[in-house]
Amino acid sequence: MAEHLTLHIPKPPTRPGDAPDFSHLQIPPAGALPRPDSATPARELRDLSDGLIRVLDGEGYAVGAWTPTIEPQRLRDGLRAMLLTRLFEERMFRSHRQGKTSFFMKSTGEEAIGAAQSMVLSPRDMCFPTYRVLSWLMARGYPLNDLVNQIFSNERDPLRGRQLPILYSARAYGFYSLSGNLGSRFGHAVGWAMASAYKGDDSLALAYIGEGSTAEGDFHEALTFASVYHAPVILCVTNNQWAISSFAGIAGAQEATFAAKAAGYGLPGLRVDGNDFLAVWAATEWAVARARANLGATLIEFFTYRAAGHSTSDDPGRYRPADEAAHWPLGDPIVRLKQHLIAIGEWDEARNIQFEAELSEMVRSAAKEGEAVGTLGKSKPPVSEMFEGVFERPDWRVIEQRKELGV
Amino acid sequence: MAAMSMIQALNSALDVMLERDPDVLMFGEDIGYFGGVFRVTEGLQKKYGLKRCFDTPISEGGIIATAIGMGAYGLRPVAEIQFADYILPAFDQLVSEAARLRYRSNGEFWAPITVRAPYGGGIFGGQTHSQSPEALFAHVTGLCTVIPSNPYDAKGLLIAAVESNDPVIFLEPKRIYNGPFDGHHDRQVKTWVNHPAAEVPEGHYTVPLGKAATLREGREVTVLAYGTMVHVAEAAIEETGIDAELIDLRSIVPLDIGAIVASMKKTGRGVILHEASRFAGFGAELSALIQERCFYHLKAPVARVAGWDTPYPHAFEWNYFPGPARVAAALKRVMEEN
Repeated sequence: MAEHLTLHIPKPPTRPGDAPDFSHLQIPPAGALPRPDSATPARELRDLSDGLIRVLDGEGYAVGAWTPTIEPQRLRDGLRAMLLTRLFEERMFRSHRQGKTSFFMKSTGEEAIGAAQSMVLSPRDMCFPTYRVLSWLMARGYPLNDLVNQIFSNERDPLRGRQLPILYSARAYGFYSLSGNLGSRFGHAVGWAMASAYKGDDSLALAYIGEGSTAEGDFHEALTFASVYHAPVILCVTNNQWAISSFAGIAGAQEATFAAKAAGYGLPGLRVDGNDFLAVWAATEWAVARARANLGATLIEFFTYRAAGHSTSDDPGRYRPADEAAHWPLGDPIVRLKQHLIAIGEWDEARNIQFEAELSEMVRSAAKEGEAVGTLGKSKPPVSEMFEGVFERPDWRVIEQRKELGV
Repeated sequence: MAAMSMIQALNSALDVMLERDPDVLMFGEDIGYFGGVFRVTEGLQKKYGLKRCFDTPISEGGIIATAIGMGAYGLRPVAEIQFADYILPAFDQLVSEAARLRYRSNGEFWAPITVRAPYGGGIFGGQTHSQSPEALFAHVTGLCTVIPSNPYDAKGLLIAAVESNDPVIFLEPKRIYNGPFDGHHDRQVKTWVNHPAAEVPEGHYTVPLGKAATLREGREVTVLAYGTMVHVAEAAIEETGIDAELIDLRSIVPLDIGAIVASMKKTGRGVILHEASRFAGFGAELSALIQERCFYHLKAPVARVAGWDTPYPHAFEWNYFPGPARVAAALKRVMEEN
């Protein structure tokens, strides 16, 4: 028995000034885990929650039972979506620094997740995103101009100046309305999936939550409902190691994996290398097959790393080693998919350089068009629209207040 | 037509909507097989099947989040929160999600949900089964808040709520589920039998949201009330003999501002009633609206009669509840002012 009690406060292994150190992470080799049939009962799948589903090895070859079958052109499409996401975000991040908008967030290092899942799910399915899955939209060809106009809140902003930059909504692209409140749409995905099952339709829902927000009640409520009603939903935890300045240990990562939380709900929990496009694809296909077979929900933890700051208001150099991202043991998802395509003879450096130049030009052109319409404050939708859409039909308050403002 | 209690009328509304619209479904704690702790959903699971009316985990946040997702999909879910006191775990879902989904997505998504919850005191429920949280919801733009005071309105308003494409908080005054209650707790309990508003059509009809009912015309003072307090007002008016105009707001959002202003300009005196505690209660908004719009017609300061600014106390229920004696005193006080 201890002499007296002590209070445990988790702390990360390294801080600014320390050398990056990921030696505490157990990274099994690619291809190590078996791929049970997607109809396997959840209780027989526990190993998939504590291991790490990986497909791409260090040389860029796909190995092991989880290797998905993907046409090379689809792989190139995935690479395009990821690269476009990164180039676009870099451009918009600079636009923020130049005072063209108020706020921005990048998904650097996490692009494989949204891109692969967007491609695996069908147009009938609905994604309930976090603010770090732009690659979902990029994989479905969402117009860059609309993104830019939303980020600048200008007069062509599809959301009419009502939302903070990047809190998009794109129903036609299977992308639910974003909010700055964390985790609060996780349960909506379960409701959506239950509605689809209620109607006898075949639409699935897929939701994301950050590892930090798994501590919210929303996460546990959603898992409970998904489990109880066998909702056809894929619930994803993007474990990017950092919630602003709080390392994943503050959300409980030192006690259990996030995938392991599925066990208590009787759901399968897959832990997946989120920087491995093929592993993300394969795990998603597995969960989709399970859901479409009416076998209910799957929880997937994507193990990844937030290579950029939380947002334009954040300086990660104040709480983690400055070059930590470069030492992330699972690498860069774009580099790894490119390496794979080259390894299988479907890509080469020359084409990649040309590809990157084309995408950069697309981004530059979209940014310029958006700037021509107007950056934040230089252009905006009619102020009268501020009073629209509160209710289906305006009530006297907004009618009177619109007059009061004189618009 | 049939004589119905408020519970029967609410049950009939849900029955009508389940019958008419396959996209209507309902869920909540204990509402399925058992029919709800107040029996409002009794028989509906048996009649329409498990998936139309089912039990949920004890998870108000989960219930509302699920309803919003279903609503966004295209269904018309009716969620029951067992007591309005328990709605607070779902507050974030109602405030940050249901109320704003249409606005923030520029109309791409919306939440046509109805959230039913018994509210109010008078049943010796103590602080966790007696509260009146309507002002919390009235303050949140994008939510409708509806409170019926009799069986006829309860059915018509609930059908209108279910058919609305906006999220509706539907607060049911549980003290008058089985009969009108005028605040005289020491008198014999009444049922809805023989009450004119207990004559309820068996089929579909609506009472529009945002339309107040003038239950009694009068010239001397306007009384604004909703829910149980409508019946307390009737008793106090009768007992004082004051020629009061009684307006049942029926929904506080949308609010029938026209009816309020017209009556206040006519009488020049106003008394506002609610069970919820007074400070920053909905009466404060009504009072402000009246002074903004009717100031030069006022003959006396507007009075509020409400719950005290304490938690709802178990043993002191009848000291706390704004009963007919307090309402009558306010009526007389307002009449004495010049």
